[in-house]
Amino acid sequence: MRYGETGFNLEIDLTKGNIERVETDPRDTELHLGGLGTNAKILWNRVPPEIDPFDKDIPLMFSTGLLGGTMAPGANRTIVTAYSPQTLLMGYSMMGGFWAPELKYAGYDKVIFRGKSPELVYIWIHNDKVEIRDASHLKGKGAVETQEIIRKELNQPNAQVAAIGLAGENRVLMASIEQGRSSASRLGLGAVMGDKGIKAIAVRGTKDINLARPAEFMELCNEVMHYIKYRNDNPVPNVMTILQGLGSPQEMLHVDEKWHTENFVWGNARVRRKDFWNKEIEEKWKSVQLNVRKRLISCYNCPMKCGAIISVPGISTYMMKCFSKLTYSMAAFVEDLDFGFRIAQRATEYGVDGFSVPQTMAFAFELKEAGILTDADFEGCPADNEGRFYWLLDRIVRREGIGDILADGTYWAAKKIGKGAEEFAHNNIKKHEQLPLKLGMLNPVYFLMYATGEKINITQIEGQFPQTPFATMEEREEFIRDWIQVPDDKFKQIVLDWEFRGERANPYYPTVDMSVDIVDWQEMMHYIDDALGVCAGLSSFPLKPPYHIHNYPKLISAATGIDMDEEGLRKVYKRNRSLVRAVNVRRGLRRADEKPPEDHWKKRFPELEEKLLDAYYKFKGWDNDGIPTKETLQELDLGYVAEDLEKRGIIKNG
Amino acid sequence: MAKIKKKIKTIKIDLDKCNGCRACEAVCAAFHANPKYSSVNPARSRIRMIRDPIRDVYVPVYAGEYTPAECMGRDKYVIDGKEYDECGFCRASCPSRDAFKEPDSGLPLKCDMCEEDPPREKPLCVEWCINDALIYEEREEEVDEEVKPEDVEVGLQAMINKYGMEKVMDTVARISQKE
Repeated sequence: MRYGETGFNLEIDLTKGNIERVETDPRDTELHLGGLGTNAKILWNRVPPEIDPFDKDIPLMFSTGLLGGTMAPGANRTIVTAYSPQTLLMGYSMMGGFWAPELKYAGYDKVIFRGKSPELVYIWIHNDKVEIRDASHLKGKGAVETQEIIRKELNQPNAQVAAIGLAGENRVLMASIEQGRSSASRLGLGAVMGDKGIKAIAVRGTKDINLARPAEFMELCNEVMHYIKYRNDNPVPNVMTILQGLGSPQEMLHVDEKWHTENFVWGNARVRRKDFWNKEIEEKWKSVQLNVRKRLISCYNCPMKCGAIISVPGISTYMMKCFSKLTYSMAAFVEDLDFGFRIAQRATEYGVDGFSVPQTMAFAFELKEAGILTDADFEGCPADNEGRFYWLLDRIVRREGIGDILADGTYWAAKKIGKGAEEFAHNNIKKHEQLPLKLGMLNPVYFLMYATGEKINITQIEGQFPQTPFATMEEREEFIRDWIQVPDDKFKQIVLDWEFRGERANPYYPTVDMSVDIVDWQEMMHYIDDALGVCAGLSSFPLKPPYHIHNYPKLISAATGIDMDEEGLRKVYKRNRSLVRAVNVRRGLRRADEKPPEDHWKKRFPELEEKLLDAYYKFKGWDNDGIPTKETLQELDLGYVAEDLEKRGIIKNG
Repeated sequence: MAKIKKKIKTIKIDLDKCNGCRACEAVCAAFHANPKYSSVNPARSRIRMIRDPIRDVYVPVYAGEYTPAECMGRDKYVIDGKEYDECGFCRASCPSRDAFKEPDSGLPLKCDMCEEDPPREKPLCVEWCINDALIYEEREEEVDEEVKPEDVEVGLQAMINKYGMEKVMDTVARISQKE
């Protein structure tokens, strides 16, 4: 019997209409755990690197994590993987919610699609019964609406449905996959789903997930739950509000948006408004938010309430989380939060990424002001800030007129438009829009995470280590006192020594070596989470989380029976990290691509930045171009990867 | 008539506080697995979230008695303008729905307040609901010791309905002989 996982994947060939339940190799679980790790291996194995992200052979994977659906709190993530049509690199985007646990209860660790359906279909997975069903009646329907219709027509109120909206159907490169309160938004995997002709995947499962050492595992889960409660009762002092607690930033709970509105930048990631927030705005925004927010809600088996049910009068109800209440308002320079909630409803039904799309629209209006795009491109567009955003959103998801070009995101749109438009696509890394943040002094840790992150999304790389120094020694001592999560006490010393000014301040402190160490720790936790299917909000993202490198090996071991200690888990992380890197290296990723936006920090230090990259690559066992060396790969049981890279001439001189 | 003390166990369910995470379902299923905690499967749970986010319906319901036949009619509550599901507050393991039945055998499930030896402080669903949508309360009540004859009659009538008068008579006769 397999423990923790089901040991089976569901393989669906949409061209042939073939459905198979395939047993997986337990050795792969030992090597990669699951989720992101095994997804990366499948992507490596199944398709050659030259393949187009919309090729019919592309495997589109919806994976649970190794602990998904067990009693481990927050183990509910779905890890969606294919090649991103936007970055052209490996695209893995994740969502919380209820879908992954349901899939496991149905008896599968992953669903892997290949081929393309000639007609729009949806998939209905009910334990052993799996059907490809006609979805022609769902064509053009909203992503939230679709979930409701399917649950109703199947008469399965407990089915969990992941769906795309119009954007995915039209292969908008910023299309998301929506599911309840959650979405896999980044990197355009909604477009890949639409390209395969899948409107939705509905799942209902009523089978068991078995655990290897039940009492021991339950005790560990109890400890995690108690620690969550402890952390909810004891916010981390001396850091800003949104960093004090667990979960994803509690944007649905908090109404005070001084920090975001004044520190994040408005428009096309341009304008910082340092005195935006005032009493009047606070009162108004508070009343708007409390009026539309019906309930704070959670994902499966997690007490954190990061999401909310949003009911704006006159439009259908939807669910929201994180920062999307502000991304549209700030990109459009609209100072009314009501607009944010209204346009987000339409955007959620369309199924689009709430970061990239507002930015792309702001980019388009900048191009218009600069005379690069013309009035003819915007024929029929209203003049007011709100109206023109609605108008352009409609064009983008339908790929109409200028919307067709913009639907590919700022990088590709700028290339197509030319005439200097590239200058305006200024907030990208690896062809992908980033958070609207522009800061002063370079932070070496963040530089590395931005530059080298394979997730191409900073919020899903950072965490654990404070973003800024503490002001006084008392505060520092207080912070490190109960910092049980550190892999090594040396990290405590860095916090004690880190200053705002002087020698021990950014950008030269943390030093190059320290920065590499800190980044490695943060990455390690994210890679483990993404293999286990545990939400970063309880692990790698916040300060002092309930999961860490000391209790994870025990949890994995008790759940699955796999022999695992800290050293072993670290090795799995390194293996998965280098494998994901190898997948991308084979698609052409090199050092030259590892660049945060030029204007991300005002003060840049080219020499230091090169040193940081040198040290980071060396630490990982990669060459100076960011390519894993043969020795590193062999040590990590990835000899077959080394062999392939050598054959292709990517690894040279053996 | 002699009085005896009876322990009344109550779970106070605050619908407004429910965040819909279904940890109660998962931990219930784990606790009742055999061996304990050896599997998780919310379909085996003795508590069910009747949950419809778009309508803001969040109702945890506990498994009560098994019933062989559904009610003659169904009820539907509207509270503060919000319409709840048909039978949405009913605890019965009933032919009208799939809740509170073992998924494999269809046998009925019933909440036992996580009874075990030594006794737990509170049921696990409550322990895992750190948002306090579920609160455990215990009190003692004094009740008459005597068993009312009507209660016996109700019980016997049910047996007769199920097995027929003759079987029940035979069984009573056999038991009385043994005694």
